[in-house]
Amino acid sequence: MENPYSGKSIIIGAVISGLILGGVNTYVVKQFGFSTTTALKDAVVSLQFWFLGALIIGNTIRFYFPKQSRIIFFFGLVVTLTALWSVLTGFTLHFVQRRILGYSDFFELSLPVRVAFTLLLFTALSMIFAFLNILNEQHLSEQRNLEAQNLARETELNNLQEKLHPHFLFNSLNSINALVAIQPENARKMVQQLSDFLRSTLKRDSKEWVNLSKELEYLSLYLEIEKVRFGHRLQSNISLEESTEACKLPPFILLPILENAIKFGLYDTLDEVLIELKINCSQGMLTIEVSNPFDPETAGNRKGTGYGLKAVNRRLFLLFGRTDLLQTKAEGNIFTTKVLIPQIT
Amino acid sequence: MIKVIIIDDEPLARSIVAEFLKGYPDVSILAECGDGFQGLKAIQEHQPELIFLDVQMPKINGFEMLELIEQKPDVIFTTAFDEYAIKAFETNAIDYLLKPFSKERFEKAMHKWEQWRNAKTSIQPQHANDFSGLEQPVQRERVVVKHGSLIKIIPVQEIEYLESADDFVKIHTKDGAFLKNKTMAYFEQTLSQQEFVRTHRSYMIQIAQITRIDPYEKDSFVAVLKSGKKIPVSRSGYPRLRAALGL
Repeated sequence: MENPYSGKSIIIGAVISGLILGGVNTYVVKQFGFSTTTALKDAVVSLQFWFLGALIIGNTIRFYFPKQSRIIFFFGLVVTLTALWSVLTGFTLHFVQRRILGYSDFFELSLPVRVAFTLLLFTALSMIFAFLNILNEQHLSEQRNLEAQNLARETELNNLQEKLHPHFLFNSLNSINALVAIQPENARKMVQQLSDFLRSTLKRDSKEWVNLSKELEYLSLYLEIEKVRFGHRLQSNISLEESTEACKLPPFILLPILENAIKFGLYDTLDEVLIELKINCSQGMLTIEVSNPFDPETAGNRKGTGYGLKAVNRRLFLLFGRTDLLQTKAEGNIFTTKVLIPQIT
Repeated sequence: MIKVIIIDDEPLARSIVAEFLKGYPDVSILAECGDGFQGLKAIQEHQPELIFLDVQMPKINGFEMLELIEQKPDVIFTTAFDEYAIKAFETNAIDYLLKPFSKERFEKAMHKWEQWRNAKTSIQPQHANDFSGLEQPVQRERVVVKHGSLIKIIPVQEIEYLESADDFVKIHTKDGAFLKNKTMAYFEQTLSQQEFVRTHRSYMIQIAQITRIDPYEKDSFVAVLKSGKKIPVSRSGYPRLRAALGL
């Protein structure tokens, strides 16, 4: 993107202010009874050194913008340049207008006004350039941030998608391997389920939000496969409020949470594992609670959130800029992960 | 008759091993177990010659279960995780079957075991189950110990300090001390250097438990723990302790 604080706009601004300044200067000098030519010459000489001053200010700030004691720096710069301007303009005009009657006296008389005006002009210019410089820096850093974020987002999503969970895949294939001999019909069914699951995983666009019903179909498929693997040990219950029909959510948010709950439940307890999903949508917020049993005595070494949840939290932060959308709590021997998805209308 | 036990938390995974074993008429499957606790019980009860063992299982994993057995049977691991292969072979496993495995691959493993069994009975009967000190230094998050008939899982954060006691290591926690059939060197390798420091030939402390270090006689110190216990720091242990605390 082109930097909006340099180039054309500055040149146009300089030409317009130059014309105004020159015009006013000529007019004022004419008021004191000098000819148009004399007045114009006066204006042109003043203007030319003003431009020189502006150029020096602009470039100084562009290439050297102090981080500290800015006020002293600008004060010094403006005073020095004003002094320089006075000397140069004085000498030049004296030389150019030396034959004009009364001009010398007029110049000496008007010098304090000219100096005061130049001081003001240069101060104003320094402020404008400093301001533009700060804006420009901000703009650049914003752009950098945005780029970094986009990059991070892309790589993270790639990584997440690449994790098609080889263990899940191989263990499922192993189950199919067993079923082929003892329950061929179920083997066929599981091949179908696994294919459907893999297809929708691969087909998913990482950016496009999905309908809740679609997402639930996807999760059910996953649950069904896991139930074949773990037999009666794994049970699930999904409770859904009617108001959730129109809700949408980003892809790849719920599956890691469900996976985490299943893993946590299955490997931390010995009994049957009931995974519960409670979904509700109100006031523009989709709330999904996933709970699993766990053993508070031995759960300490799992540190509550696994890798999967960390990645979900990171994704939610990238998407919504909020860190409070993923919450976990342990009550008795039930561990609950709650995720909030703001509904963007 | 060859006594075999299958330990895997997935019923179908057990059934495929059972199915492949049908081709071996002299093999008898005495038990199928869904977790390490059942596995331990069944092994003690039946004293099998060979077990098929999954790694990831509820509560305690396959390696942790093996650590708790004194008379270890021969082991063939069956798992979908290839990252455990090195560790498995370092526990002298007969073979490591990656799920899903074919019948041919399974038969190869059985053949390997039969060869091993014949060699074992004729040459060195004891060597096969010498598990000590051979494990790869994989960092532990917990230690599983047997306490009477109970099995206790101790997260490493709950360990106050370790004390060597003859052939064992005494693991001190707020719930008391537990014995583990390992060496101090083993724990020095497998516990995180950021979390534990060996302050003495016979002691290793969890750094987070230390509240202060007091001088003790000349040239030696004691580390005072949160629980008030005082642990000796030897002359060579002191610099290690200082380094661990960032002094």
